[in-house]
Amino acid sequence: MTTTPTKPEPLPPPPAPSTLDTVTGAGTSLLRSLAMPALAFVTALIIGAFIIALSNVDLLPQLFSDPGSTLAAMGREVWTAYRALARGAVGSVYAISETLFATTPLILASLGVAIGFRAGLFNIGAQGQMLVGGMCTAWVGIYANLPGPLHVIVALLAGVVGGMVWGGIPGLLKARTGAHEVITTIMFNFIALYLVQWLLSIPLFQEAGRNNPVSEPLRPSAHLPSLFGSSYRVTIGILIAVAAVFAVRWLLFQSSLGFEFRVLGLNPEAGRYAGMSVGGLMTLALALAGGLAGIAGANQIMGLAPFKATTSLAGSVGFDAITVALLGRSHPVGVLWAALLFGALKAGGREMQGAAQIPLDLVVVLQALIVVFVAAPALVRAIYRMKGVAERPTQLTKGWGA
Amino acid sequence: MTATVTETVTEQPVSTRRTTEGRRATIVGFVLLGLTAVVLWVFALGAASDATATFNLSLPNDRFQGLTWAFNARALSLVVAVVLAALGAQRLRRSQLGWTNTVLGIGLLLFVVSFLGWAAAGSSFSLVGMLRSTVISAVVITLGALTGLMCERAGVVNIGIEGQLLTSAFVATVLSSAFGTVAGVTGAMLAGALLGAVLAWLAIKFQVDQIIAGVVINIFALGLTSFLASRVLSEAQDLNAPARVPSFRLPLLADIPVLGPMFFDHTFFVYGMLLLAFGLHFAFFRTRWGLRARAVGEHPKAADTLGIDVYRVRYRNVILGGLIAGFGGAFLALAQIARFEEDMTGGIGFIGLAALIFGRWMPLGCLAAGLVFGFSGALAQKVAILGTGIPSEFMLMLPYVATVIVVAGVVGHARAPAADGQPYIKG
Repeated sequence: MTTTPTKPEPLPPPPAPSTLDTVTGAGTSLLRSLAMPALAFVTALIIGAFIIALSNVDLLPQLFSDPGSTLAAMGREVWTAYRALARGAVGSVYAISETLFATTPLILASLGVAIGFRAGLFNIGAQGQMLVGGMCTAWVGIYANLPGPLHVIVALLAGVVGGMVWGGIPGLLKARTGAHEVITTIMFNFIALYLVQWLLSIPLFQEAGRNNPVSEPLRPSAHLPSLFGSSYRVTIGILIAVAAVFAVRWLLFQSSLGFEFRVLGLNPEAGRYAGMSVGGLMTLALALAGGLAGIAGANQIMGLAPFKATTSLAGSVGFDAITVALLGRSHPVGVLWAALLFGALKAGGREMQGAAQIPLDLVVVLQALIVVFVAAPALVRAIYRMKGVAERPTQLTKGWGA
Repeated sequence: MTATVTETVTEQPVSTRRTTEGRRATIVGFVLLGLTAVVLWVFALGAASDATATFNLSLPNDRFQGLTWAFNARALSLVVAVVLAALGAQRLRRSQLGWTNTVLGIGLLLFVVSFLGWAAAGSSFSLVGMLRSTVISAVVITLGALTGLMCERAGVVNIGIEGQLLTSAFVATVLSSAFGTVAGVTGAMLAGALLGAVLAWLAIKFQVDQIIAGVVINIFALGLTSFLASRVLSEAQDLNAPARVPSFRLPLLADIPVLGPMFFDHTFFVYGMLLLAFGLHFAFFRTRWGLRARAVGEHPKAADTLGIDVYRVRYRNVILGGLIAGFGGAFLALAQIARFEEDMTGGIGFIGLAALIFGRWMPLGCLAAGLVFGFSGALAQKVAILGTGIPSEFMLMLPYVATVIVVAGVVGHARAPAADGQPYIKG
C-alpha cells in the first residue's frame, strides 16, 4: 500500500472534509455531529414500531372495533420486539460477542466501500468481491498444507487477491471505457454468484457426497482462532478488522496515495492537471476496496463453523456495507462506529426474530431509514422543528458519461 | 487570437474521436476473427457432418402449422465462418468506421445462429418459442429502461427502479389476491409512483445525492417487502395467490407466421410496453411536453429562464416514471409466476438501466435494447433445456455479462442528458 512520495504533500493535519462529510452537515462540536445520527436512529425506530404494529394481520382488523386494547396489544408487541433487539445486541457477554461477530465483516467490507466513496466511486460490488475472495480463501484453506498461523495468513491473502481482482475489473472498465461502476459492480455481483455456484458444483470444491453447492471444510490450520474461547463466536477477525480501520485511516489521510484518492473524489480534473493517473487511481481504489471485501469474505469461511464455502457466505453484508459506509460518512473511524451499530442491530435482530417472531428483515428497513435521515439532515430538522444552518449536501455522482 | 483558440478546441475532440473509432474498429475486427475461430473449431467441427438441425417456426396453437427450417448444421457454420472472417478482415482495414456497430451486431447474430445450429444438431429447436420468450423477458427490462428515461431526460438519475419494481410486485400480489387484477395493477402503479415521489422529494427538496437516494430506496424496498412477506404472506397465504393474467390473442395479427406468436399473443402488459415505447418516443420528440422535459434535463437554467418550472417538471416526470415501473412490477408478479417471492427482481432494474444507456436515452432505443437483453435471457433458458454440456450457470450469467459489455461501450459512447444527476438550485 505504500507508494513512493512522488509529489509534494500539502496534507492538512485534520482529515479534510470531503464529499460525504457535508452530507450530515457535521458541525464543529462533537455533540452536534452525534445529535443527527442519534435522532436518525430514534426516528427510524419509531417508524419501525409503526411497521411492526401495522403488519400484525391478527390485530389489524380489530383496530377500529376495539381501538383501545388493540393499540395496547400492538404496543406490547413492539415493546417485546425492541426489548429482544436490545437484549440480543448488548444484554449479555454472549450478546456482545455476537455483536462483535456480526460487526467484523461489516467493518471490512464497509472500509472498502468507504475508500471507493473517497475516490468518488460508488462500489456496490462488495457482495461479489466477498464471494470471489471467499472462494480463493476456500481453495487455499482446503488444499494448502501449511502450519497454523502461516496457513491463516496465506488464506486471508488469497481472499484479498480474489477480491482485488473482482473489484479491479470494474475499476479498469471505468478507467478504460467509462462504464459506470454502479452498474458494472452490481452485474459483477450476479456473475460472481453464478461463478461460485458453478465452482461449488465441480469436484474441485464440492464436498464429496453432496448435491447442493457446499465446499469441503477448510483444514483446521486455516481456522481463525477464537478470541474468548469456543463458547463465544467472536474470533481474532475483529482484531484484523480494527487494524484495518487504522490502516485505511493512515492510507487515506497520511499517505500520498490516499491524498490522490481524495483529489480524485473531490475534483478529478484537478487531479488530471496535477499529473495524476486518474484511470490507474480508479482501478487501484476499486481493487483495494475489493481486497478489503475479500478479507470480509475470507472471514465468513475461516471464522465461522462449519468452515465451508457456500453461495450465501456473503449474506447481506455486501449491501449492509453500503449503508454502514454512508452512515460512517466514509471515514474509517466513523465506519467502525457505524459497523458496531449495525452489527448490534443484526445480532439483536436475530434475537428479535427468535424471541418475538419479528422477521430479521426489519433491521434492513431500519438501516435504510437511518441512512435516509442522515443523508437528509433537513428532513430530521423539519420533523423535530430544529433550527440549523441550511447546508448543501454535496454531489457524489457525476452522471453516466465518461 | 480568439479564432485560433476556438479552432484548436473544436478540432481536438474530432481527431480523438476518429482514433477511438479506429481503435474500436480494430478491436471489433479481432473479436469477429475470434468468433470465426470458435465457429470453425467448435460449431463446424463439433457437429457431425450429416447432422440436421431443425428450427421450428410455429407453435402448437398457431393457425399455420408445421413451419420448419431444417439445415445441415456443419454447412451453416462453415458459411457463417466465411462471412464472419470477411467482416472481421474488413473492420481491420479501418474503413467505413461508421458501420462498426452494425457489423458487430450482424456478426453476433450470425454467431448465435451458428451456435443454435450446433446446439440443435440432430434434433429440433423451437425458434419461435425462443423469440416469444425474448419479448416476454424484455417487458420488465424495457419498462425499467423507460422509467429511467422519464427521470433522466428530466435530469434525475433513478437507481431505485429495482426497489420500485420489487415494491410494486408485492403490492400487485396482495391487492390482486384480495380484490382482483385491476386493483392489483392500479395499486402497483401507485406504489411505484409513491416511491418515485419519495425519490424526487429527497433529490429535489433535500438535494440528497441521487444515487445514494436511489440505493437507499432499493435497500428499503428489499427490507420492507421481505419483512412483510415473512410476517404477513406466510401467515395469510391467500394474499399470495393472485390470478394469473391471461393472454389476449389479437385477431388476425396473431395469425401472422413467426411475428404473430412473437408479438400479438400476449398479456396486456406486452401491448402496454409496445404502446408506451412508441407513445413516449412521439411524446418526447414531437410534443411541447417532451421538448420541455428534455430542456430541463439538458439545461435547467435555460429552461427556467424561459419560464418552465424546473422542479415541477422533475417531480412530474419522476412520478410518471414510477407509474411505469409499477406497471412493470405488476407484470413481474401477475403475468409470470403469479406469486411474490423475496428479492424476485434479481437485478433486473439495473439491467433496465443498462438498456437505457444501450438505447441511448431514446424510448424506441430502450425497446430495442430491452429486446436484445431479453434475447440473451431467453437464449440462456432455452439452451439450458437443449443440454449442450455448457454448465447452466454460465448461460445464466449471460444477461449480466451482456450488460457489462454494453455499458463498457462495445457499442460506443452514448451521451447522457447534460444535467443528468445534477440538482438544480433556483436563483
